[in-house]
Amino acid sequence: MKTRTSDQSFGALLVSPAAAFILCIAIYPIVRVLLVSFFAQNLGTQLEPKFIGLDNYVRLVNDGHFFQTLRTTLFFTLVSVMIELLLGLGFALLLDQRFRGRSFARAAMLIPWALPTAVLAWAWSWIFNDQFGVLNDLLHRLGVLSRPVAWLGNGPTALFAIILADVWKTAPFAMIILLAGLQNIPAQLYESAAIDGAGSLKRFRFITLPLLGPSIMLALLFRAIQSFGIFDLVFVMTGGGPGGATETLAIYSYNTFLRYLDFGYGSATIVVSFVVMAVCAAGIYWPLSRLRFASE
Amino acid sequence: MKRSIFYLLLWLAVIWCLGPFLWQIITSLKTNEEISALPVTYLPHNAGWQHYDALFIRKPFARYLLNSFIIASISTILCVGLSALAAYSFSRLRLRGARFMLGGLITISLFPPIIFFFPLYEMMRRAGLLNNPLALIIPYTTFNLPFSIIVLATFFRGVPRDIEDAAKVDGFGRLQILWRIILPLAAPALATTAILVFIFAWNEFLFALTFMTEERRKTVTAGIATLSGTTVHETPWGPIAAAVVVSTIPLIILVVIFQRRIIQGLTAGAAKG
Repeated sequence: MKTRTSDQSFGALLVSPAAAFILCIAIYPIVRVLLVSFFAQNLGTQLEPKFIGLDNYVRLVNDGHFFQTLRTTLFFTLVSVMIELLLGLGFALLLDQRFRGRSFARAAMLIPWALPTAVLAWAWSWIFNDQFGVLNDLLHRLGVLSRPVAWLGNGPTALFAIILADVWKTAPFAMIILLAGLQNIPAQLYESAAIDGAGSLKRFRFITLPLLGPSIMLALLFRAIQSFGIFDLVFVMTGGGPGGATETLAIYSYNTFLRYLDFGYGSATIVVSFVVMAVCAAGIYWPLSRLRFASE
Repeated sequence: MKRSIFYLLLWLAVIWCLGPFLWQIITSLKTNEEISALPVTYLPHNAGWQHYDALFIRKPFARYLLNSFIIASISTILCVGLSALAAYSFSRLRLRGARFMLGGLITISLFPPIIFFFPLYEMMRRAGLLNNPLALIIPYTTFNLPFSIIVLATFFRGVPRDIEDAAKVDGFGRLQILWRIILPLAAPALATTAILVFIFAWNEFLFALTFMTEERRKTVTAGIATLSGTTVHETPWGPIAAAVVVSTIPLIILVVIFQRRIIQGLTAGAAKG
C-alpha cells in the first residue's frame, strides 16, 4: 500500500512539467477567450476592457458577415473532407498492394502531408495564376479552355482552388489512417470470400468497407476539425477574397483581432465557432465510439 | 491488363502528389523573362541559380532557415523530454485520473491554433517575448505535447514489466530505472516522436507570422509569406519558387529517410484518439 501512494506522487511529479505547460499555454487561453468575450475591448474603449455582458453575442447574432463566413467554412469543410477521404482511400488501396517501388510511392504520397501548408500555398497560387499559370496552359493545350480563367479572381473558382490545394495537402493524412485500417483486416476473410465466389467489388463492399468503418470515421473526425480551422491556405492564396468569397471563420477572427483590434468581439467569434465545431465533432464522434464499441 | 491499370493509377497518384513541388523546382530555375513568357515552357531554356542568389543576398533567407531550425529543434527536445516523463507516468504508475487526462489532451490537440491566438499574443506581449524565439518555442512545445505523450505512452505500455522488476531487484532507484533502462529502450519511439514534432514545428504558420515581426527574427514559413516584390502588385514568383524549394528540402529528406517511422508514429497517435 505504501509503494502505491509513493508511486502516485512520483507519477504526479513526472507529469507536472507537461501539465504546467498545458495548463498555462493551452487551457488558460481558452478560459481567457471566454472571459474577454464578455467585454468591450477595442479602439472605441482605447483597448481598455469594459464589461458589457452578452452584447458581443447579440451583435454576433445580427452579423450577416459572420454567418457568411460560417457558411463558407462549413461548405469548404464538407466538400474538402469528402474528397480527401475518397482520394485517401484510393491512395491507401494502391499502397496496400504488393509491387516494386512501393516505398518510393509511399514516400511520394507522404510528401504533401510533410510540407508546410503556408509555403506550398504559394506553389498553388502559381499553378492557378491567371496569366502564366500552368493549369490554364494545360487546360488550353487539352482544348478544354479557349481563354484563360482568373481562378483566384472569382469567388466560386477561388474557393474551388483552395479546396483543391487542401485536398492535395491532406489526402495523405487520410491515406495513413486508412492504410493502417486496411492492414488490420485479416487476409483469411478475403480468401474465404474468394472461395465462396465473391468478386473483388463484392469483397470491397462487404468486407473492406464495413471493417474500415472505424478508421474512416476517425479520419473524418480529425480532418473535419482541422479543416474547420483552415487559415494558412486562405491567408496566402486569397487573403479571404475576392470580395470575401473565401473568407473562413479563422480569417474573420484573425482580421477582427489584428486589423480592427476588436478583441472582445473577436473573442466572441472564437467562442461561437468553437461551439459549432464541438457540436459537429460530437456528431461525428458519437457514431465512431459506437462503431469502436461494436468492433471490440 | 489489370496490372497496367494499377500502374497507371499509381503513376497518376505519384505525379499528383509531387507535381506542385516539381513545378516549383522548374520555375525556380527559369529566368524572369521565361517565367512571364507565353506559352508556358515546361523545361527551362537557360536554367540558372539567380533566384537562389537573390534569396540569400537580398533577403535574410539564411537567417529565416536558421531561426526555423533553432526554434523547431529546441521545441522538439523540450517536447519529447517532457512527454517521455509524462507518458511513462501514464503508462506505468497507475496515476489516478490518467484516462480522463489523456482524453482531455487528445481533444485539445485537435483544436485549431486560431482559438489560442489572441490570449497567447497578449501573453507574449506582456512578457516582452514578441520577437523572441521563446514566443514560438513555448507554444510549439505545448501544442505537440498531447500527441507525443500518446505516441510514447503506447510504446511504454509494450515494454515488459519484468525488465523493471529485475532492475528493482538489482537495487536501481526509480529515476535510475527510467533514465538507464526505459529511455534507452524507448530510443526508437523517441526518435519517431521527435521527427514528427520537428515537422509540425517547422511548418507552423499563424503564431510565427504574428509573434515574430522583425525581419531577422522570422521563421521560414512567415518569411516566405511576407516576401514581396519591388512594387506592391508584382509578386516575385522566381524567388518565391526558390524559397519554397529550399525551405521544403529538409522535410523531403526527413520523409525519404524516415517514412516508415512517420507512418507508424502518426498511426499510433491517431489510433488512440
